[in-house]
Amino acid sequence: MTKTPPPVLELCNLEISLPKGADRPYALEGLDLIIEPGEIVCLVGESGSGKSLCAGAIMGLLPEPHVRVTGGAIRFLGEELRGKTDAEMRNLRGADISMIFQEPMTALNPQKTVGWQIDEVLRLHTKLGKADRKARAIEMLERVHITDPASAYNAYPHQISGGQRQRVMIAMSLVLSPKLIIADEPTTALDVTTQLQILKLIRELQEEEGAGVLFITHDFGVVAEIADKVAVLCRGELVESGTTDQVLNHPQHPYTRALIGAVPALTPPPLKIASDAPVVLKGTGLKKTFAARGGMFAGKRKAVTAVKDLSFELRQGETLGVVGESGSGKTTVSRIVTRLLECDQGSVELDGSDLLAATPKELRALRQHIQMVFQDPMASLNPRKRVVDLIAQGPIVHGTDPAQAREEAKKLLELVELSPAAANRFPHEFSGGQRQRIGIARALALEPKVIVADEPVSALDVSVQAQVLKLLADLRDRLNLSLLFVTHDLRVAAQLCDRVIVMQKGEIVETGLTAEVFANPQHPYTQNLLSSIPGRDWTPPSLHVDVA
Amino acid sequence: MTLADTEIAPPEPPRYVMFWRRYKRNRAAVLGLVLFAVVVLMALSAGLIEPGDPLRRAGDPLTPPFVNWATPLGTDQLGRDVLAGVFYGARISLLIGVVATLVAIVIGVVIGALAGYFGGWVDDVLMRITEAFQTIPNFVLLLTLVAIMGSKIEWITLAIGIVSWTAPARMVRAEFMSLRNREFVDAARNLGVSNTSIIFREILPNAMPPIVVYASVIMALSILMESALAFLALGDPNYASWGNMIGQGRAVLRSAPYCAVIPGIAIILTVLSFSLLGEGLNDALNPRQKK
Repeated sequence: MTKTPPPVLELCNLEISLPKGADRPYALEGLDLIIEPGEIVCLVGESGSGKSLCAGAIMGLLPEPHVRVTGGAIRFLGEELRGKTDAEMRNLRGADISMIFQEPMTALNPQKTVGWQIDEVLRLHTKLGKADRKARAIEMLERVHITDPASAYNAYPHQISGGQRQRVMIAMSLVLSPKLIIADEPTTALDVTTQLQILKLIRELQEEEGAGVLFITHDFGVVAEIADKVAVLCRGELVESGTTDQVLNHPQHPYTRALIGAVPALTPPPLKIASDAPVVLKGTGLKKTFAARGGMFAGKRKAVTAVKDLSFELRQGETLGVVGESGSGKTTVSRIVTRLLECDQGSVELDGSDLLAATPKELRALRQHIQMVFQDPMASLNPRKRVVDLIAQGPIVHGTDPAQAREEAKKLLELVELSPAAANRFPHEFSGGQRQRIGIARALALEPKVIVADEPVSALDVSVQAQVLKLLADLRDRLNLSLLFVTHDLRVAAQLCDRVIVMQKGEIVETGLTAEVFANPQHPYTQNLLSSIPGRDWTPPSLHVDVA
Repeated sequence: MTLADTEIAPPEPPRYVMFWRRYKRNRAAVLGLVLFAVVVLMALSAGLIEPGDPLRRAGDPLTPPFVNWATPLGTDQLGRDVLAGVFYGARISLLIGVVATLVAIVIGVVIGALAGYFGGWVDDVLMRITEAFQTIPNFVLLLTLVAIMGSKIEWITLAIGIVSWTAPARMVRAEFMSLRNREFVDAARNLGVSNTSIIFREILPNAMPPIVVYASVIMALSILMESALAFLALGDPNYASWGNMIGQGRAVLRSAPYCAVIPGIAIILTVLSFSLLGEGLNDALNPRQKK
C-alpha cells in the first residue's frame, strides 16, 4: 500500500447538511469519489444536485454555519482536510488546490490588471522577487496561449474577451502547479468554439502538470470531450460512477439513462415540409445598428452593427433555426421581426402586410399573429400576476371577453400539459420548465401564425429541455405553427429545425436544410462551429426511457 | 426520482400569511407595529378619552404631571391639558404624515415612472426639474411655500408633500429603468398592451415594495417637518400639534420642562415606529428572502 502514491483527492461518505426548510435535509449524502494524479473526473448533475457545494466543501468555502459538512472524510494527498484551521486552508488554497470559476468576469477583480491578479497569487504563496514574479506570470500567460502576453499582463479584465478571461483564470489557478484543480462549469458561459479551445487547454496543461482535475458540469457533451471518469449526482446522491465509456455508452442507473436519453442527438429530423407551402413571414434587407451613446467627454464611439442586410423566408408549418454565437445578432433578429426593437432598414412581411411600416394601431392588431417565447422563464412572466391572468392577458387586450379568455387560458394549460390547478398560482411557485410551458401557453393564447422563440430552452436542465422541445414540436405539428427558433445550441437546432440560418457578426454565412448544413457545411465558419460541438464524436446511445 | 416537470409543487399559504410570517421574524419591526398601533389608537380615541377642545383651559397653569388627576400629564402655561394635546396632536401628526406622503408618492411615482420608462428627452426634462427641486434645501423650500400660501393646515400638508417628492421620484425612475428591460415587459408589449397599461399594471406593481418602504421614511420626515414648522410658530395655531406644544413649551423650558418633553417623546416614538415599520416591511417585501 505504501508504494502507490495516495490519490490526489479522496472523498469518503461525504455528507453536507442544508439548513432547515430546504427541500431536502442533505445537499450531499454519502458521496465517495477518488481522483488519481493526472486524471479528470467529471461530476455531472442537474441544477440543485449539489455538485457546486461539493467543490465548496473541498475548498472549505461553504456558507457556514447554514451549510456545512456533517460527516465523512475529505482527504487531499492522504491528508484529512476537515478540521483544518482557516490559516492552514488558506495556505492550501491557491497553492495546492486551485479553482476555476464559471464566470471569469465576476471571478476577476475589475479594478486590477490581469498581471496584478496573477502576481497576487505569487506574492501570497511564494518568496519570489518582483521581477521573477512578473517573468513567471508572463510565462504562464504564454502557456495558456494568450496572444501577446506582455500586453495582456497590463490589461484590465474588461479589455479582453470572455475566452481570454477564462484563459487568465486558468493561468492564475495553474501558476503554482497545484496538485488538484477544481473547475466549476468553466466553459458554460462561453461560446462553443471558445469552449472547445478552453477544454483542450485544460486537458493539455493538466497532462503537463500531472494534476488531478475535478470537473463540474451539467453538459454530457463536455463530459464526452474531456472526462476520464464520470460521477453522476442526483439530488445529492451518487447514482452512478465509472469510466467515461461505461457511463456514457452503457449507463445502468435509470436516472443516468434518462439524462443521457435527453441529450439531443446531432441527427436532424426527417424533412417533411413541402417547399410550396405559403410564406408566412418574410424579412428583406434588415439592418440594425446600435449607436453607442458616449458620455459628455468620452467623444463619439463607433456604432455597432448588429444585423446587416438580413433576408429570410419562413413557410407555413416550418421551423427555421437561427444559429450563431453570442454577438452574431441572432437575438436582435428575433426582436426586429416582432418589432420590439425598431429596425433601421428593410421590411418584415407577415402574411403580406409589412410589420415594420405599420402604424401603432395596425401594429397592435398585427401582433396577435406573431407571438414570442422568451429565453428566461423567470424574467418573462410578471411575478405579480396569476398564471391565468398572464395567459388571458393577450386575448383580453385584443377584445375577448375576460371571463371567456380565462376559461380558454385554463384549456391552454392542459394543452401545455400543466394541471388546471396551476391557473391561480403565481409564477414563482413553478419550476423553470413549468414556467416555460406557461410562456408557451401565453404565446398560443392569441392563436398566432408565427411563434418566435428566443433561446427558449437554454435556461433549462437537459431533461426538462427535452420535454419542452418535444412539447414545442408537438404543438407545431398539431396547430400547424411556423416557428422562428433562435438558439446557440446546435444540438437543439438539429432536433427541431427544418432549415437553419447560420449567422456570424450580423450576417448570414450559410443557409439551407438542417440535414444538409450539418452533413456538409460549406462556409468555414459553419464548419468550425460544427466541429466545436462538445462530444460531437459521441452519439448518445438510443435508450428506451420514458422521459415524460 | 421523477423527471417529469409537469407536477406542481403543493400550494403556498396565501400571501398575507407569508407576509406576516416574514414580518414577525424581525422583533424590532413588531415593536414598531405596536407603537404605531398605539399612536393610531390615540388619534382615534382622542375625542373619547379626553373629550373637549385640547386648546381649552383645563386647570391651573403649569400644573406638574401626576398631581391633579383631571390633568394627569399636567398643564402648560395657559392651563391647557398636555395629555389632551398629545392625543389630539397624534391625530394631526398622522393626518399630515399620511396625506403629505400620499402627495409626495403620487407626484414621485408619476414623474419617476415617465422618466424611467420613456428615457430620452422625457427623462432629461423631468430629471432636470427634479434636480432643480433637490438643489433647494427641503426646509427652506418648505418655509418659502408656507410663507407664500399661509399656514393653514391644508397648505402645510400640501407643502410638505411638494418638498418630499424628489427622492421617491429618483427611486421610482431607477426601478423603472431596470424593470423596463425585463423580458416580461417585452412580453406585454408583444401582446399589444398599451404603454399606460405597461407602466401602471405591469411595471408599477413590481416597483412598489421599495416605494412602500420609503413611504414610511417620508411619513416620519413629514411629521418632523410639521413639528419643526410649528416650533418656528409657523404651524396652524387652530390645532394642537406636537410641534406647537414644543414651540410653546420652549418659553417655560427651565421651570416646566415637561411641557416640551412630553410631546417630544411622542414625536420620537412615532418617528421610531415608522422607521421600524419600514425596516420590517423591507424584510417582508424583499422577494429574495425565503421563509
